[in-house]
Amino acid sequence: MKRIPLAALIGLFFTGAYFLAAIFAAWISPYGMAEIVGDGWEPWSWAHPLGTDSIGRDLLSRMIWGGQTTIFVATAATVLSFTLGAVLGFLAAVSGGWLDQLLSRFVDLMMSIPSLIFALAVLSVMPATLPILILVMGLLDATRVFRLSRAVAVDITVMDYVEAARVRGEGRAWIIFREILPNALSPLVAEMGLRFIFMVLFISTLSFLGLGVQPPLADWGGIVKENREGIIYGIPAALVPAFAIATLAISVNLVADWVLNRTSSLKGGRGG
Amino acid sequence: MADPLLEIRNLRIEATSYPPGEAPRQVVLVDDVSLTLQKGRVLGLIGESGAGKSTIGLSSMGYGRGGVRITGGQILLNGRDIRLGDAAALRALRGREVTYVAQSAAAAFNPAKKLMEQVTEAALTHGVMSRAEAEARAIMLFRRLRLPDPENIGQRYPHQVSGGQLQRVMTAMALCPQPDLVVFDEPTTALDVTTQIEVLAAIKDAIRETGVAALYITHDLAVVAQVSDEILVLRHGKMVEHGATGQIIHAPVQDYTRALVSVRSIDHVEKSDGAAPVLSIRHVTARYRGTKFDVLHDVSVDLPAGQTLAVVGESGSGKSTLARVITGLLPASSGEIFFAGRVLSPALAQRSKEDLRGLQMIYQMADVAMNPRQTVGTIIGRPLTFYFGMEGEEKRARIQDLLDQIEMGKGYIDRYPAELSGGQKQRVCIARALAAKPRLIICDEVTSALDPLVADGILKLLLDLQAREGVAYLFITHDLATVQAIADRIAVMFKGRVQRYGTKTEVLTPPFDDYTDLLLSSVPEMELGWLEKVIAHRKMESAGN
Amino acid sequence: MHPVLILLAQRIALGLLLLWAASVLLFVGTMILPGDVAQSILGQSATPVSLANLREELGLNEPALTRYFSWLGNALQGDLGTALTNGQDIAEAMGKRLGNTLFLAGTAAVISVPLAIGLGLIAVRYKDRWPDRVISSFTLATVSVPEFVLGYVAVYLFSVQFRIFPSLATIYDGMTFGEKLWAISMPTLVLVLVVLGHMMRMTRAAILNVMQSAYIETAELKGLRPFAIIARHAFPNAVAPVVNVVMLNMAYLVVGVVVVEVVFVYPGMGQYLVDHVSKRDVPVVLACGLVFAAVYIGLNLLADVISILSNPRLRHPK
Repeated sequence: MKRIPLAALIGLFFTGAYFLAAIFAAWISPYGMAEIVGDGWEPWSWAHPLGTDSIGRDLLSRMIWGGQTTIFVATAATVLSFTLGAVLGFLAAVSGGWLDQLLSRFVDLMMSIPSLIFALAVLSVMPATLPILILVMGLLDATRVFRLSRAVAVDITVMDYVEAARVRGEGRAWIIFREILPNALSPLVAEMGLRFIFMVLFISTLSFLGLGVQPPLADWGGIVKENREGIIYGIPAALVPAFAIATLAISVNLVADWVLNRTSSLKGGRGG
Repeated sequence: MADPLLEIRNLRIEATSYPPGEAPRQVVLVDDVSLTLQKGRVLGLIGESGAGKSTIGLSSMGYGRGGVRITGGQILLNGRDIRLGDAAALRALRGREVTYVAQSAAAAFNPAKKLMEQVTEAALTHGVMSRAEAEARAIMLFRRLRLPDPENIGQRYPHQVSGGQLQRVMTAMALCPQPDLVVFDEPTTALDVTTQIEVLAAIKDAIRETGVAALYITHDLAVVAQVSDEILVLRHGKMVEHGATGQIIHAPVQDYTRALVSVRSIDHVEKSDGAAPVLSIRHVTARYRGTKFDVLHDVSVDLPAGQTLAVVGESGSGKSTLARVITGLLPASSGEIFFAGRVLSPALAQRSKEDLRGLQMIYQMADVAMNPRQTVGTIIGRPLTFYFGMEGEEKRARIQDLLDQIEMGKGYIDRYPAELSGGQKQRVCIARALAAKPRLIICDEVTSALDPLVADGILKLLLDLQAREGVAYLFITHDLATVQAIADRIAVMFKGRVQRYGTKTEVLTPPFDDYTDLLLSSVPEMELGWLEKVIAHRKMESAGN
Repeated sequence: MHPVLILLAQRIALGLLLLWAASVLLFVGTMILPGDVAQSILGQSATPVSLANLREELGLNEPALTRYFSWLGNALQGDLGTALTNGQDIAEAMGKRLGNTLFLAGTAAVISVPLAIGLGLIAVRYKDRWPDRVISSFTLATVSVPEFVLGYVAVYLFSVQFRIFPSLATIYDGMTFGEKLWAISMPTLVLVLVVLGHMMRMTRAAILNVMQSAYIETAELKGLRPFAIIARHAFPNAVAPVVNVVMLNMAYLVVGVVVVEVVFVYPGMGQYLVDHVSKRDVPVVLACGLVFAAVYIGLNLLADVISILSNPRLRHPK
């Protein structure tokens, strides 16, 4: 059995913990999401391990519920961007010709506008509901996944084994699913981790700017925004979600790094 | 005898290998190798890949590539053990006493600097001579190496000269600081055969005229026989045999050396003509999409059933394009191809399953011709399912049968390609082609990536299979020795045209056309003085014209 | 004509084409997308009269194509329209803010570029040893954290706990250059941290890539000193990839600045944009989007141009 490096283990542990907390939010959070249980910005106590927020809600409960929203939105947007980006990327690589040109040039265009700016522009006319946020983030990010999966697939389609399958007379489905996909999977899985982090940062940033998840729903970026005034008075409530975002991102990064290293070592270097 | 220039005693070199999914371990690359080299002499280091010859060559400069360490023995250069020197001592030696000529000059030159600057750099760095002297010497060397426009070629950038020229410029770069020893690391391997001979002759003259000593590393015994005074045969990092060049090629002592000498000596008696052609190519012309130039012009050849047609040519001759046209990957723009008596649709998508089955292909790089995520059983089994609908026990039995035919045992069915040696990989590719019970197999340079002995084994296997199964081969190669070993008919290709075509005897019997003559005479022969003979012959001919 | 000039002309034309296409995309994204823009701006409680007025004002009754071309025509003449919320001329309101943003981003760039390249070189020089590990872990941390988080951590530490830097970046006319620099010290710090991570990691990768080339081995085998190898052989070939990295990250800075301005209440383009997104002031959003896209495309174009100019194969054709 392969030994998992310490960094990856730490990453796996925290990533797992955050996801479990998000899934079981309803069972583990001590109070309701919007329940006012005390005064504003109470310091920590046994009743409120992280203290309370600006209007007296239990910060730990807010964090758990907020984590659920953040992780849910990020996951959904990642799945959307991956499905769309990978399918179109593979299709472009295998088809080539005008379809490839059309898709690639459109993606170039989409990427010529910074995604945050484009998202802000669209959100200025659309209501910031969860489905719309997921859709906007997923579509914008699909461009990056498209580029990566197309590049990976193009590298594979020029391999002789794909040509061998073509010469044998295999259909497009066999070539995509049996020849290309198994070889493209590992770099894509590693990329998935990075895209997920990007989504977490993206939704948190939008919410922090007040343009993402709307109250009364909680999410980590929004909790930072709600408690930002406290910072000036030395109240660290806003730093708690900030810390959560950072640790989640770093843990997923550590796992993705490990996956990427493992796959690149599988290909082997220039053996003696 | 005078003190040797280079003396290596009991050299041991190790490296750390990182096999995927396992703990790193130490591997011994070179084990107990000793050699001596006198001033002005040339020692050939010969062996197959993994023999440790490049590692030994670089160790004479105190250099090890990525994680390679010298762990034992002595390397005495001009009487000093270079292993005892520090980094500054090593720098003083590199580029001054010992210089290096790499296999790929194209990669070894800095793309952003002019050639002259790079050629004179070592001499200037070590203060061997002034800039003016170094440049004068460089131009003198360019002239000796018969480079075109020696006065000005130094003002060019690496990408502005051809591969063969760049290899000669690299030789000039190595000779410029007046070193005692030059390490030549496969300097002609990446070149076409007609270019190789020119570079080889230029290198040999330059070595002789400057009186420098050299370590000449190569896998090709016929090449090293032309330039070296002595030869050291290496295998798996150990010494096999050491002797004068004449002794090694005429009276080898060790079995391994004997095998190396007799490699390429398969002589295949051509089959009598008469069988109906399985493949007829008629006036085929082709070009790549979006380009303006034809890569094949009016190509017409026939291949009788059960025989072998060798298509010979250098890079750019269009021989691999011909394979793509036959397989339908690149539809011909005009002309027709008849396969088993019927017209073959130009494009792959229009071909019947029967035509697809009858025409199989084997590739040069077996590594990338097999999906690394499929087992040998899956790879060989897929054509069985795809063409014959075989499943289960029947399929497994047939896979086993095919593995027996390629002389590989039962244990391989569940292995992945990464677990096989180069020769085994190519055998599995052969089995995959055979599984379709084809009438014709296109073999695209199938032996050129393999070590000579392994390549011989593959050629023998292909001949056996032909005798048993009656399959025809269209054999694409640049190597005339391979042609000699396997062909019944030969088509010589040059710049997209068939230059000469006929049975093996017809094609290889004079009188030749100019190109075929050049090609045939450029193939190194395992014979002392061959190079001088050919060069003298060519000079005479050009003087005669 | 020299082939490089032709190539450059092509790239610049392509950049202009891209900018035009981006303007179409932004216009489509805000003005034409499904739903009634006027309705979503005014909300559900809007009266039919006010809706009709807004539609008139936005020109929503005209066909989309006409609206786009009149907007584009005006924009080309420097007229970006007026803001819905306060009737201000957008180009005028934007002018000073753009200057402020460029000041902030420029300061961050001046500090972060040499720092990132320097750290990248150190990381390469001591690859896999402790300096490389320290730099790499630190930058991994900074790239995993969103800008606003870094911003508040910095405020908490440097403004509240240690009281070194001002927590708000207030800037106004009449401040001396030194005062202005002091005022933007915190947002600059945060921007530098954000960009530094990406830039250093990419610089490290680009230089490592060059250092693994065969011609570096050739230089080593000539007995050159490590410094000479880097200066004469690695550097000329690393310029293009490193410049590319720098430009890509400058583009990243353009996005980072939006968030950082909000955190520190800095009167720049980013805050202007975010404010008007929440007010659903579409003409302002569109104008800001266009400016950001132009800067972004311009930087990418510059990166392209520099890498073409530094490629010896293109400069000295066969």
